[in-house]
Amino acid sequence: MSALLDVKNLRVSFDGKPVVHGIDFSIGPGEKLALVGESGSGKTVTALSLLRLVPNAEISGKSTFLGRDLLSIQERELRGIRGRDIAMIFQEPMTALNPLFTVGDQIAEVLQLKRGMARAESAQAAIQLIADTGIPEPQRRARSFPHQLSGGQRQRAMIAMALACAPKLLLADEPTTALDVTLRGQILDLLSDLQRRNGMAVLMITHDLNLVRRFADRVAVMENGHLVEQGAVAEVFARPQHAYTRKLIESKPVRDVVEGVADAAAEPVMQAGNLRVSYPVSLPGIRGWFKKGSFVAVRGADFSIPPGQTLGVVGESGSGKSTLALAALGLLPHQGRLGVGGRTWSRSTAANQALRRVVQVVFQDPFSSLSPRMTVEDIVGEGLRVHESGLPAEARRQRVVQALSEVGMTEAQFPRLLTRYPHEFSGGQRQRLAIARALIVQPRLLVLDEPTSALDVTIQKQVLGLLQRLQRERGLSFLLITHDVDVIRAMAHQVIVMKDGEIVESGQVGQVLDEPRHAYTRTLVAAAA
Amino acid sequence: MFGWTRVSGLTNPPEAASGRLPPEGAPPADRQSRIRGVPEKETQAPVSPARRAWLRFKRSRLGFWSLVLFCALTLLSLQAELISNDKPLLARYDGQWYLPIIRNVPETTFGGDFQTPTDFLDPFIQKQFEKPGNFALYPLNPYHHSTINYFAKEPNPSAPSAENWLGTDDRGRDVAARLLYGFRISVLFALALTVIGVALGVITGAIQGFFGGKTDLAFQRFIEIWGSMPELYLLIIFAAVFDPSIALLLVLLSLFGWMGLSDYVRAEFLRNRQLDYVRAARALGLSNWQIIWRHVLPNSLTPVVTFLPFRMSAAILALTSLDFLGLGVPPGTPSLGELLAQGKNNIDAWWISLSTFGVLVVTLLLLTFMGDALRDALDPRKAEQ
Repeated sequence: MSALLDVKNLRVSFDGKPVVHGIDFSIGPGEKLALVGESGSGKTVTALSLLRLVPNAEISGKSTFLGRDLLSIQERELRGIRGRDIAMIFQEPMTALNPLFTVGDQIAEVLQLKRGMARAESAQAAIQLIADTGIPEPQRRARSFPHQLSGGQRQRAMIAMALACAPKLLLADEPTTALDVTLRGQILDLLSDLQRRNGMAVLMITHDLNLVRRFADRVAVMENGHLVEQGAVAEVFARPQHAYTRKLIESKPVRDVVEGVADAAAEPVMQAGNLRVSYPVSLPGIRGWFKKGSFVAVRGADFSIPPGQTLGVVGESGSGKSTLALAALGLLPHQGRLGVGGRTWSRSTAANQALRRVVQVVFQDPFSSLSPRMTVEDIVGEGLRVHESGLPAEARRQRVVQALSEVGMTEAQFPRLLTRYPHEFSGGQRQRLAIARALIVQPRLLVLDEPTSALDVTIQKQVLGLLQRLQRERGLSFLLITHDVDVIRAMAHQVIVMKDGEIVESGQVGQVLDEPRHAYTRTLVAAAA
Repeated sequence: MFGWTRVSGLTNPPEAASGRLPPEGAPPADRQSRIRGVPEKETQAPVSPARRAWLRFKRSRLGFWSLVLFCALTLLSLQAELISNDKPLLARYDGQWYLPIIRNVPETTFGGDFQTPTDFLDPFIQKQFEKPGNFALYPLNPYHHSTINYFAKEPNPSAPSAENWLGTDDRGRDVAARLLYGFRISVLFALALTVIGVALGVITGAIQGFFGGKTDLAFQRFIEIWGSMPELYLLIIFAAVFDPSIALLLVLLSLFGWMGLSDYVRAEFLRNRQLDYVRAARALGLSNWQIIWRHVLPNSLTPVVTFLPFRMSAAILALTSLDFLGLGVPPGTPSLGELLAQGKNNIDAWWISLSTFGVLVVTLLLLTFMGDALRDALDPRKAEQ
C-alpha cells in the first residue's frame, strides 16, 4: 500500500532554535493516525508545517503527498492543495469561523473557490454538508451566525467546512478539547463516520489518550520534537516500548486517599442546605436601563464536607459548578444555608476575615492565578500579611520556605526561589505555588476549581498526588470542582453531579460512578470511559 | 493642544492588544516563550517584568539614545543660569572677589556712575575688567533670556553674529538664550502636567474600573459631560479674567488632561480585577485597598508608562500653541510659542522661526522615538521576537 502522505526527516526551527528534530511518519489512504504528545512537544507545529502554515518557521525535509513534495512546491500550487486535498479543523471553532458571515455562506464560499460551483448550487451543497454533520434543521442553521450555534454545532460546522471539498487528508488539531465531555464522543463518532464514508485519511493531533484509543488505527508519540514511538494503537497501548509512552499511558490519576465513610459525629467543615446563587444580568432593550434580571446559577444545593474528605463536583461548562465554588469561598452572595465550621459568610470584609483562613482556593489557570509582577515570596507570603500581620519578616520568610517545601519546591531545585517571578515556572510549578499560597494560612478546606485541567497529563498526576498527600498528612478537606470523571474517581469520597444549576445526583463516589441512576450521569461516565 | 486631551490619536492603544490572551488552549510552553524576553539571562538571576521591559527598551538603540540625549538636554537646561547669563560667574576687581551670578552689586563698585545693578554688557564695565589684575569669567553665552542687548551693532531683530549666535528677537534679546530657557520651561511644564495628569488619570481610572457598576456608570457620564466643555474657550475666558501665569495654565490644562488616560486605566482595571489572582487575593481576605495597591495597579500601568513620552510631547505642543496664540505664559517669559509668534510677525528674521522650529522638532522627535521604543518594549506580541 503506497502512502498518501509520507513525511521524511521533517525539521522545523524558529530563529535557529529547533522545535521538531527530524521525524518520519506516513499515512496511508483512509488511515487514522493520532499524533500524541504533551504541550510543547511540537505536534501542532508538525501538522501546521505540512501545509507550511507556520509563520517565521524554517522547515526542511520531505513531505510527499500524492507524488508532490509539499515542502518544496510553489506557494500557488500549495494553495490549491490546502482545503481541497488536505483540510484542517482546529481546536476552538469560535475563533476559526468568521463571526460576520453565516455558517452557510462560509461553507458555500469554500465550494465556490475550490470547486468552482455557482452561487445557488453552492448554497444547496452547503446545506447538504451541514445536514451530513448531523446538525438539526440544516436549512435554518445555514443562515445562522457562528455565535448563534452551540459549541458542538460550531465544531460540526467546522467539520462540514473542512469536508466541503471531500479532502483526501484531514488534519484535526485537538478537535474536541474545547468541548464538553459528552459532546466529545459525539464529535468523535461523527468524524469516524465521515471518515469511513468518504474514505479519507485523518491525522488527529491530541493529548488525550482515551480519544486515541477510541478513534485511531495507528499512533505516533512525540516528545520534545522527537517521534519516540509509533505503531498500531492496540500494540502500542498493550506493549509500549519507549519510557515516555509508558509514562503517558500510566498517567491516569491513581486513587490514593484515606478511605472510609465519614464519622457522623464529626462536625462537617462545610455544610450547605438549599443553597441558591444568582447574579444580576442586564435585560435587553430599554428595560435593561431600569432593572436587572437575575440568572440563577445554582439552586437548591445540599451537601456537606466532612473533615479530611473530598467532595467532588462534576458537571459540564455552564452547569454552575464554578459559581458554587465562588459561593463556597464567600465571593458571591448566596441565599440559603452555607455553614463553614458552624459560622456563615457575612457581607462585611472584617467579619469574614476569620473564615478566610479556614477556606482557601486553587484556581484552574496557573497563568492568571499568580500576579506576574510579584515575587514568589510576596505571592506565597501574602496570606500571612493579612492573617498574621504581626509576624516579623524573617519568621514570615521561614514560613514561606516551609510552605514551598511542602509542595515540593526547594531552593536546591530552584536557586533564588524566593525572588523569582511566576513567568520563570512551568504550569505545574505555578500550580504548586498557588497551592503553597493557599496552604500557608493553614486552612481546613481547599476549594479546588479545576486544579489540573490546564495541565499536561503527567503533570496532572503529580499535582493530584501532591494534593492526596496533603490531605493524608494534614487532614484537609477538598471541594473539588472538575469536569473530568477520572480525576473525581481518583480523588473524591462523595460526588455531586450538576447540570444546569441543579444537583442531579449525589452520593458515595463508587456508587455514583459505577451505578449511576440519573441518565445524565450515565452519559458523563460513558463519555469518560 | 487638541492632541493633548486625547493622546490616542498619536498611537494605537497598546493595551487593547496586550490585553488579549493568547489563543484559547495555547500550550503553556507557548505562552511562556511569548513573554520570555531575555532567555539567556533568566537562568542567572530572577528578572522582574519591569526589568525585562527595560532590557528590551535598551535594545532599541534609537529609543535608548533618545532618552539619553533628552535627559542630557534637560539637565543642561536646568543649569541654564550657568550657561547663558548676563552676569559673570566669577569676577575679581581691585583685589576683591565677586560672585555676580549669585549677588549682583551696584555699578559703582566697578567704577560706574550709578547705584543700579551692574550691566556687565556695558562696554565701559567690560573695559574696567580688562584692566590688569581684574577679570570676569563670563558664561558661555553672555545673555540672560531677559537681557536686552542695548549695544547691538544692527537694528533689532539682528541676524546671527559672533555676539548673538542665533541673532536677537524683535526686542533685542538673544534668541539662543531664550531658546535655552524656553526649552527648560517647556520641559518642566510638560513634566508637571504629565505627573498631575497621570495621577488624576490613574486614580479616577482605578476607581471606575475596580468598583465598576454604578460607580463606573456615574463616572463615565461625568467624564462625557466634562469632556464636552469647550477647553479653548475656557482658556480664553480665564486668560481675560485672571492674570496669565504658568500655574493657572497648569491647573486649567490639568483639569482636562486626565480623561484619555483614565479610560485606559479603567479598561485595564476592569480586565485585571476579574483575573484569578485577584480572586485568590479576595479569598485570602485582602481589603480592596490592598488588592488595588498590591495586585491590580502594578499590572495595569502598562498604558500609563507607554503614554508617558507621548503625553510629554503633547504637553509641550499644548504650551507652545497656547503661547503662540498669546493665551499662554505671561509676557516676558521665554517660551517657544512666543518665539514662533515673533517669527511669524518678522518673517524676514528667518533665524527666529528656523531655530525655534529646530528646537521643537528635535524635542518632539526625541520624545516620539522614546515613546515608540517604550511601546515596543511593553508590547507582549513584540516581546517574543
